[in-house]
Amino acid sequence: MTENNYAVTAENLTRKFGSFTAVDKVSFAVKKGEVFGFLGANGAGKTTTIRMLCGLLQPTSGQATVAGYNVYTQYEQIKMNIGYMSQRFSLYEDLTVRENIEFYAGVYGLKRKQIKQKTEELLTYLKLWDQADMLTVSLPLGWKQRMALSTALLHDPDIIFLDEPTSGVDPDSRRNFWLLIYELADKGKTVFVTTHFMDEAEYCHRLSIMRDGKIVELDEPQRLKQKYHADTMQEVFLNVVNEGGSDK
Amino acid sequence: MAESNTNPILINNLQKSYGAVRAVRGVSFEVQEGEIFGLIGPDGAGKTTIIRIVVSLLAADSGEVLFKGRSVGEHIQFVRTNVGYMPQRFSLYQDLTVRENLDFFGDLFKVPLDVQRQRREELYAFSKLGPFENRRAGQLSGGMKQKLALSCMLMHEPDVILLDEPTYGVDPVSRSEFWDILKKLAERGTTILVTTAYMDEAHLCDRVGLMFDGQLLALDTPSALLKQFDKPLFLVESSRPHETYTALKNADFKGEYNLFGNGVHISAGKDFSRNKLIKLLEENRIEYKSIRPVQPGLEDLFLELQRTAAS
Amino acid sequence: MNHVLLSIMRKEFRHIRRDPQTLAIILAWPVIMLFLFGYAITMEMRQIDTAIVDLDHSPQSRAFIERVTSTDFFNVTAVDIPYNEYEKVLMERKARCILVIPQDFARKLQKNPRTKIQLIIDASDPNAANYISKYFSQIAAQYNFAHNRIDFIPFTMESRLLFNPDLKSQYFFVPGLIAVILLLISALLTSIAIVREKELGTMEQILVSPVRHYQIIIGKAIPYTVIGFIDAIIILAVGHFWFKVPIEGGLLLLLGTMIIYIFTGLSFGLLVSTITTSQRVAMMAALVSTILPTIMLSGFIFPVDSMPVIFQYVSKIIPATHFLEIIRGIMLKGVGFGELKTQIGYLALIAFVLNAISIRKFKTNLEP
Repeated sequence: MTENNYAVTAENLTRKFGSFTAVDKVSFAVKKGEVFGFLGANGAGKTTTIRMLCGLLQPTSGQATVAGYNVYTQYEQIKMNIGYMSQRFSLYEDLTVRENIEFYAGVYGLKRKQIKQKTEELLTYLKLWDQADMLTVSLPLGWKQRMALSTALLHDPDIIFLDEPTSGVDPDSRRNFWLLIYELADKGKTVFVTTHFMDEAEYCHRLSIMRDGKIVELDEPQRLKQKYHADTMQEVFLNVVNEGGSDK
Repeated sequence: MAESNTNPILINNLQKSYGAVRAVRGVSFEVQEGEIFGLIGPDGAGKTTIIRIVVSLLAADSGEVLFKGRSVGEHIQFVRTNVGYMPQRFSLYQDLTVRENLDFFGDLFKVPLDVQRQRREELYAFSKLGPFENRRAGQLSGGMKQKLALSCMLMHEPDVILLDEPTYGVDPVSRSEFWDILKKLAERGTTILVTTAYMDEAHLCDRVGLMFDGQLLALDTPSALLKQFDKPLFLVESSRPHETYTALKNADFKGEYNLFGNGVHISAGKDFSRNKLIKLLEENRIEYKSIRPVQPGLEDLFLELQRTAAS
Repeated sequence: MNHVLLSIMRKEFRHIRRDPQTLAIILAWPVIMLFLFGYAITMEMRQIDTAIVDLDHSPQSRAFIERVTSTDFFNVTAVDIPYNEYEKVLMERKARCILVIPQDFARKLQKNPRTKIQLIIDASDPNAANYISKYFSQIAAQYNFAHNRIDFIPFTMESRLLFNPDLKSQYFFVPGLIAVILLLISALLTSIAIVREKELGTMEQILVSPVRHYQIIIGKAIPYTVIGFIDAIIILAVGHFWFKVPIEGGLLLLLGTMIIYIFTGLSFGLLVSTITTSQRVAMMAALVSTILPTIMLSGFIFPVDSMPVIFQYVSKIIPATHFLEIIRGIMLKGVGFGELKTQIGYLALIAFVLNAISIRKFKTNLEP
């Protein structure tokens, strides 16, 4: 196993805010082409970990690499290699579908010719030609979601961070979305998913569950269910999180 | 209050459009006293519109909406005095403390001060917010904010409450705590109409309405709903479910099948044969671990109903 | 008093207190504006660049020039420029006016006192040109008076300046600024108040409660009236003690009318607030619809009487028009309540109408 097989590695990664340790010696490695779920209660340290990986926060101690780049020093390179899509779908609802794509292509510094080409590619890929000049606000949620994902992929990043990507979307659209995610993973892209919703978590190849700044479980969903004799990930999660949480 | 046979909420053939968009198209249901009724469906299904019509914030285009036996459109003040309502993406005054938020809503509903004091203590016991009394709402965690929003709305002790996606964006632990509180309220006789986009919350309701595209697809108790899914269901277990799914699609497999986290669910229709399926999987060299019958979930039912409604 | 109303007011005060930055801006801003306007806008002109061409070079012409240059009004920048350069001097703005004393000035003056001198003024700024011309006429009159004795002139006109004998422009502007600033602050504050709750989503929750819309509106108006009143006192104090603007009339009457005026401004802000849906739109609407009419049409700068008739009517519905008459009347002329009844009546009427519209327009549901 060489370093190159991993898209993200973290070793004893720690972040303190004053006397509070938000992330406490976290270690994990995510393979290329893996869909990796990142779970935890509010305040467990998920967001802080992801911010460190994206180069938005400096770790207090420990090591981490993203796409082979060091999070301490090479955050500019990291930013060029990651894509980010939030649950709020950062699309401009008062712009048309085409205008949104053009804007994000421009943000990532594509040339005018490339923008035109990328836009056409995306419209074809998303089957949105008929809606290209409609305002984004009028698109059904499932389409917005796929479009938001596509704009996060415009600069062809190796690692994609998804923040509660399918909340509120109907079951059918959710499946179409996950097919897209798997397609990306098959192409070797690494997908990092954070979510509070356990039916979404089931789709991940591997899951990590954080509690009080530490990763307390890291395994495949099926094996976690077996381990906790649970039918659903929800049960697993409540078990894991409540185990050490007698203070609740 | 009204005649003993009237349910707290009755909706009959409700219609509502925004311009050309038909948000609610002929929905009918009743919420019975003391039950937790869940309206479950994706964003844009019309859940919020229905709730807003019941609490008198929107007017119905047509159809009947009764609150405690009275027409909502004609008794707006009655509805507003007696209903508890927690809007979607609930928001509190972030710059006011927990206590100040509670006091404000108590005053708004003209709750006498001594009753307010008593209610506050009860709600603190419920929500465990007592120790955070003087903390500003903006500095609470998501789960605590959600409980505070619920508490504010319970200050005037409404016996009918409507909650619009109260568990949106809150972690599973806080969500399950929140549902525990709802259960306790229902046990004390409070009638609850709650909406959610998450299927896994359905089993926590007494009765559930599945909504999609402005229509009620199904309405029953969670266990009875699952019985509506009358075909046998098989799981083709696979470590790479999407490949199995795509392969079935490419092999032009006839019938209903859906992608799940641990494989593909196949519903066995009239001309389903397990042997044919195995043959097809093997002919196409589709990798799988096992084929075994599984209990259908609400998600299976929803997918089926959703496709029937769309076609 | 109504308990729900009190509760809403208490909540508003808490919002204000919890946001010290905004409060600081609200309290400091009027003072800053007062200083800016008080010093930057003055109508008096001093040190006007002037070219003087003396073609006569007689003792009389020198005496006249002496009178011109001895005042603070003129600053001689060019002397005895040739005729063909007059235009160039004006074009390059070396001088804003050229005084030309003709060759035979002294000789003609001895024969006939009604002789002429020439004054060429750059009238691209008509206001300034007007002032320059007036200053020269005064100097000329004084010269006549000194050199020609009175017997040659049938009569002189003697103006007495009342209320502002020194013609200080601050006397004129400070009361006007109080009017502008108060209206702006009160309209701006409240225009945001309701829209903010719409944006937050808290309005939805409040609407589904037995609270009446007038309670929401008045409960929001009163706290901001208090803030506006504090602002008013600050500006008044700065105007009186720093800019030395007198308060000839009753202080109580002045404060009382200020409260009415602030309430009018608040009512306007509330109206904006009830019909807009975002804080941004509300702010822009409040700014545009208060500043411009107040400055242009209320008599703040341009006297209402000299406006076209249609604008005179328009000015009647601008609260500042009436308040300006009130505040200038009280501060400078010491006018009492009796003389101001009409204006106060107008203000109250405007406030009443605005509030009535707000309460009517205030939507207690979420229908688009």
